[in-house]
Amino acid sequence: MTTAAKYDVTISADAELPIIHMTRDFDATPAQLHRAHTDPELFARWVGPDGMDTRIEHWDARTGGSWRYVAGRDGEEYGFYGAFHEIRPDRIVQTFTFAGQPDGVALETLTFEDLGNGVTRLHAQSLVDSMEGRDQWLASGMETGVEEGYAKLDALLGEIDG
Amino acid sequence: MSDDSLSRVFAALADPTRRDMVARLAVGDATVGQLAAPYDVSMQAVSKHIKVLEEAGLVSRSRDAQRRPCHLEAEVFDLMTKWIERYQQRAQERYRRLDAVLAEMNDGAAHTSNDNNDNPGLDPTIRGAAS
Repeated sequence: MTTAAKYDVTISADAELPIIHMTRDFDATPAQLHRAHTDPELFARWVGPDGMDTRIEHWDARTGGSWRYVAGRDGEEYGFYGAFHEIRPDRIVQTFTFAGQPDGVALETLTFEDLGNGVTRLHAQSLVDSMEGRDQWLASGMETGVEEGYAKLDALLGEIDG
Repeated sequence: MSDDSLSRVFAALADPTRRDMVARLAVGDATVGQLAAPYDVSMQAVSKHIKVLEEAGLVSRSRDAQRRPCHLEAEVFDLMTKWIERYQQRAQERYRRLDAVLAEMNDGAAHTSNDNNDNPGLDPTIRGAAS
């Protein structure tokens, strides 16, 4: 659980545009990575966060389709929804909204770059509404919007430091 | 550092002029006049920017020196870096779970809805691409 991952995630925030870039390599083919992002059962297993159950309520992973899922724990539930703008073997473009902040919408572009030797690089780019929105997202981890998520993360970080 | 003050820091840095000022202060202390020089804006506007940075705790100004140079509080940046690291940690955690899912796919052990032909949500061409 706390063993170091083989590959690190790289995150950078664009200085001029409200964009977050992430890259991460995986021991997988582009097709496998694609499937892990479009198959609802596989997706629900990793999207997290840890300790939360992800319940897919709607899932139509086709160009022009849409999705909605709920992450829940101890009776608390957080909904997320969006549209699959474009699904291609090497690229997924989708929107992302946290139901608790319905005015905010991120445009996410995922690309799967085949590096050969069974390694694929995931590029994830999120364009959000404003610099403020982006920076608050970075600061608060809009993924859960839960304060206690930080405590959990602190504990995890503590274990890693120790 | 509370969430509110962190939001103030991020909000202060959301402005490109202020980010530029911070970048220049990272090199060394500077007076308001020195900071204003490259910009085509009034001293008043520059003072306003500095006030926002001051209120966010990013910049301090000495009380006694006559020129009252602006000084960058590097400590605040350490805290910000920590927050971005947390975000990174969360992403890393998620992708580690994805690693596990992908490893199972490599072993051919993943039982998924792709195995069922009665899921209308999945485009057959995607299934084809993924198999």
